[in-house]
Amino acid sequence: MSNAPARNTKVMNRFDLTSRLVAKLKNEEAVVGGIGNTNFDLWAAGHRPQNFYMLGSMGLAFPIALGVALAQPNRRVFALEGDGSLLMQLGCLSTIATLKPKNLTMVVLDNGIYQITGSQPTPAAGHTDLVAIALASGLSNSSWAADEEDFERLIEQSMSAEAPTLIGVRIDDKPGTGTTRRDPVQIRERFMHGLGVRQPL
Amino acid sequence: MAAATEQDPTWHGILQQTLKRNEVRLVPYVPDRVLTTLIKNLHADPYFTTFPTAREEEAVGIVSGAWMAGTRGAVLMQTSGFATLANVLASLVVPSQIPLIMIVSERGTLGEFNYGQAMVCRTMRPVLDSLAMEHHTITRLDELEFIADRSIKQAVTTQAPVALILSPLLTGGKTFDK
Repeated sequence: MSNAPARNTKVMNRFDLTSRLVAKLKNEEAVVGGIGNTNFDLWAAGHRPQNFYMLGSMGLAFPIALGVALAQPNRRVFALEGDGSLLMQLGCLSTIATLKPKNLTMVVLDNGIYQITGSQPTPAAGHTDLVAIALASGLSNSSWAADEEDFERLIEQSMSAEAPTLIGVRIDDKPGTGTTRRDPVQIRERFMHGLGVRQPL
Repeated sequence: MAAATEQDPTWHGILQQTLKRNEVRLVPYVPDRVLTTLIKNLHADPYFTTFPTAREEEAVGIVSGAWMAGTRGAVLMQTSGFATLANVLASLVVPSQIPLIMIVSERGTLGEFNYGQAMVCRTMRPVLDSLAMEHHTITRLDELEFIADRSIKQAVTTQAPVALILSPLLTGGKTFDK
């Protein structure tokens, strides 16, 4: 229902793409997973201490990842965000374009629906191009992934990019594969251990 | 600037030095007229990374991420900006125990000329109280450093957020002729 006819991009699967991303992580890269299915699939792809799972505050995956990227410029930071979430915080694209952290890779998972609340279409479904919005916000290194291989290529390319990268992927309407353990203090503390900020007691 | 600050302490000079002394170096903001000089001086000071965001909750997300990655931050805003934050405070900052430092220029009282601002102001302390968040309204220059310094240290050591509300009694506020 969400497929913009102008886009020649394959409809992929969130869990599959997230698994492909996680399989590439060899250097304790940070990954911030947006609210709902986005972090459920990040969890299901295999928990890592460098993962941060959002349990609320819809739309803040990119800002949280920006904060991590600014604080640790030598660490690669990935952020996974749904289309509905990003629509809540489009202004952050301009902020990120201003600060230009080259260690930040953003992935927008676009199915055109609020899957988790009953698959209602977003106001953007079918006609709003989120990658075009990113480009117009000043994030010149933004593109749609044509298929899974293209997604993997764009992810690898971003790891040595000189500017922040945004990758749009069209995905199907499947729900998340797992369910994150909803323990916000433990999630935050484990993330800080994973980033080397703290040692366990 | 430093000489002027020593001779004639200002609220913004004290805040700038207190942030620095507590290693709070990341300061995103949504501006307010009252905060103009502080924002300008933070931009001029290479110690700070300071920049505008499109919304206050975006700034809260940024400093939350930075805190988890080892950098301290504070968010500057005005009262109406605080009014947009209930969701992120209740769903990220408080449950995750993030020592968010908020510096809020208070509008809506002591000479407010915009009825909407006055109403928004009345929502601020009930929201803070409903989440049992520490907050202080600073009215006097001679108390500013003590309150700000101790509050930042308490936020960090107890891993709990704090709001420092800058009263018009401290800053002069914004008046109709401005």
